[in-house]
Amino acid sequence: MVDLLSKFDPLIEERETLLGKGVRDPFSLVMEEVKSPTVAICNGQETILLGTYNYMGMTFDPDVIDAGKDALENFGSGTTGSRVLNGTYRGHRDCEDALKEFYNMDHAMVYSTGYQANLGTISALAGKGDYIILDIDSHASIYDGCSMGNAEIVAFRHNDVEALEKRLKRLPEEAGKLVVLEGVYSMLGDVAPLKEMVAVCKKYGAMTLVDEAHSMGFVGENGRGVCEEAGVIDDVDFIIGTFSKSVGTVGGFCVSNHPKFEILRLVSRPYIFTASLPPSVVATATTSIRKLMHAGNKRAHLWENSKTLHKGLQDLGYTLGTDTPQSAIIAVVLEDLTKGAMLWQALLENGLYVNLARPPATPKGMTLLRCSLCAEHTAEQVQQILGMFEAAGKQVGVI
Amino acid sequence: MTDRSATFAKVAEQITPFNNKGVALDESTTFAGDLEWDSLTVMDFVAAIEDEFDIIITMNMQAEIETVGQLVDAVEKLAE
Ligand SMILES: Cc1ncc(COP(=O)(O)O)c(C=O)c1O
Repeated sequence: MVDLLSKFDPLIEERETLLGKGVRDPFSLVMEEVKSPTVAICNGQETILLGTYNYMGMTFDPDVIDAGKDALENFGSGTTGSRVLNGTYRGHRDCEDALKEFYNMDHAMVYSTGYQANLGTISALAGKGDYIILDIDSHASIYDGCSMGNAEIVAFRHNDVEALEKRLKRLPEEAGKLVVLEGVYSMLGDVAPLKEMVAVCKKYGAMTLVDEAHSMGFVGENGRGVCEEAGVIDDVDFIIGTFSKSVGTVGGFCVSNHPKFEILRLVSRPYIFTASLPPSVVATATTSIRKLMHAGNKRAHLWENSKTLHKGLQDLGYTLGTDTPQSAIIAVVLEDLTKGAMLWQALLENGLYVNLARPPATPKGMTLLRCSLCAEHTAEQVQQILGMFEAAGKQVGVI
Repeated sequence: MTDRSATFAKVAEQITPFNNKGVALDESTTFAGDLEWDSLTVMDFVAAIEDEFDIIITMNMQAEIETVGQLVDAVEKLAE
């Protein structure tokens, strides 16, 4: 018998080597208690959360919690069904209405996760003979959506408008083309030049899909994302998003103004062949989305936090993923996985949780400690965080 | 020089800047095994080949190409 798991031996070995150095396993942390969007108890110790993508801190919003409780009591714990059969409740429709209002768009489709929203939308749109043109640093769910369909896949250098144009120019004029972009790239926290890119897509007759997972609620005047900020929201064909970040629960969606959009409900397999979100989840999402429409002050405070942390870390001597703060993600670049895991652990012992990211999820084989800020982090917490980065960095010898 | 050997020479020329170990090239040289390229190097190299021949090598095609010889064949076909 061939052991099908032996192909993972190199990974098992790498993990064992790392743990052999006395580093706690960075991928099996347990949050024992969660006190607020910014504080939890980990290993019995109060810990500031700086790696949760809970950008707008909606997870403990009293209105959001009430809406969830109410739906739980009135509609039960789950739908036990697909969106196209018995799994569409009033709450799912309300949630789609909230999204249409939030984005000022004609159509919205709610999926069970953002991962599935990308899988379902991309695989349904681009089939045999069509081309998908994507940024090389695209999220795994985008790549998986590509592999699910039978389209031809063409990648271009990260955020490189010229590379995108060169490729579009060479593709057959009569072929269907979908360009897939992200607003904020979650590894380095950098923003895509959407204005230029969307213009190029238009020029070559390509349809565009933008994943705004890490910008919804925060970037743009109304929190609609980088498309809004760049002034191209009316020019893109599809926007993908998630409830698992700014919205503060779980779920995913696609919004669009395309007149034929609704047909996707009948052809998108990850929409059809899975159970819909529980009523309490869509109720919390709806309330959160509606509150995010009017969260201008929170957005302003989050920008302040992002700027302060970025400058503070730079002043401490850390190498960061971007020269300027471009989003609520600030990535600290480390030399290698061992150094990264050591700093991660030292920070945790100092009472700070950040996100350790390693290849192949990261670009250029980098090891990153990703910090994602929350609008609920106080200015004092941000100073505390900087103090922890100073202490832990010196302890480990990386600054 | 035949057309194919001309293409081989052009491909080899594009490989040079990425051939850090100075591996001798022939038809059966592999990108992953012999040249030890990672995915980022592959992307830069593919972009260079695409520009040189004014073609597109999709990721679907890249998955099928393991050796220099296979790449030369693919380039010849695409550049027709
Ligand atoms: C860019 C991007 N798209 C999609 C997703 C998937 O979102 P979800 O957590 O809702 O599956 C994520 C989050 O992991 C993401 O970063």
